[in-house]
Amino acid sequence: MDDDQLSRVFAALADPMRRDIVARLAAGDATVGELAKPYDVSVQAVSKHIKVLAEAGLVSRSRDAQRRPCRLEADVFDLVTKWIERYRRQAQERYERLDAVLAEMQDGERPSHPRLRQQGAVS
Amino acid sequence: MNTTGSRHEVSIEADPTVPVIRITRDFDATPAQLVRAHTDPALFARWVGPNGMETEILDWDATTGGRWRYVARSDGEEYGFHGSFHEVRDDRIVQTFTYDGEPDGVALETLWFEDLGGGRTRLHAQSLVDSFEGRDQWLASGMETGVEEGYAKLDALVAEL
Repeated sequence: MDDDQLSRVFAALADPMRRDIVARLAAGDATVGELAKPYDVSVQAVSKHIKVLAEAGLVSRSRDAQRRPCRLEADVFDLVTKWIERYRRQAQERYERLDAVLAEMQDGERPSHPRLRQQGAVS
Repeated sequence: MNTTGSRHEVSIEADPTVPVIRITRDFDATPAQLVRAHTDPALFARWVGPNGMETEILDWDATTGGRWRYVARSDGEEYGFHGSFHEVRDDRIVQTFTYDGEPDGVALETLWFEDLGGGRTRLHAQSLVDSFEGRDQWLASGMETGVEEGYAKLDALVAEL
């Protein structure tokens, strides 16, 4: 996935109704009519949202069936998740180093630390 | 992987409506200790990373209206970063962040230190960048260093304790 497509994915998901549509498609394929039912908007409006999601590669529509149900393209989501996961792991590594530094600071600041108490009992 | 045996996970959120990355992470430390680890240059250089890189602080005034500059070095490669401390207080640090290789880009970083009591603190870190493109490239970049390498460096730090 190139940067442009990633930007399109994020832009497509910037709209709350489109996020809702994606969430519902995650449960199973649905036609535009079915997707439009819970909303107080026209089928045409929902159709436009589907078009944005399709252009971002998030949703596809089968050509064969008369119903032409919308389907979530889970692969695209996996890619986005992986990219964010890499970034998350990097932050996790950084903060585990911070954990170690903080633990050392606490050893220095707390004379009553259990380890120091143990040493005192031995000596 | 820390000394208490518990492992605190990072949670990350890329906001779809504004070019922001939000990170939340708990620590077994007080807000005051976390602020010190972020403002004392010798402590900061030890954990800011990335893995496999040495961080050298070149300029550091962690006070409201102050500034910072450091380089990360590895195998002759050098990456410089600089910014301003907009506000430094007991529970919050607001600063700018620029990578010298992209001098036109600047992120606004806000760190909140939420006291959870019992010597625990929740860090909320928010980075606001110039554009969605910038944010998404940022998310996609980095991570050349492996996870195993990171654990090795952490093990070494823990062994010093």
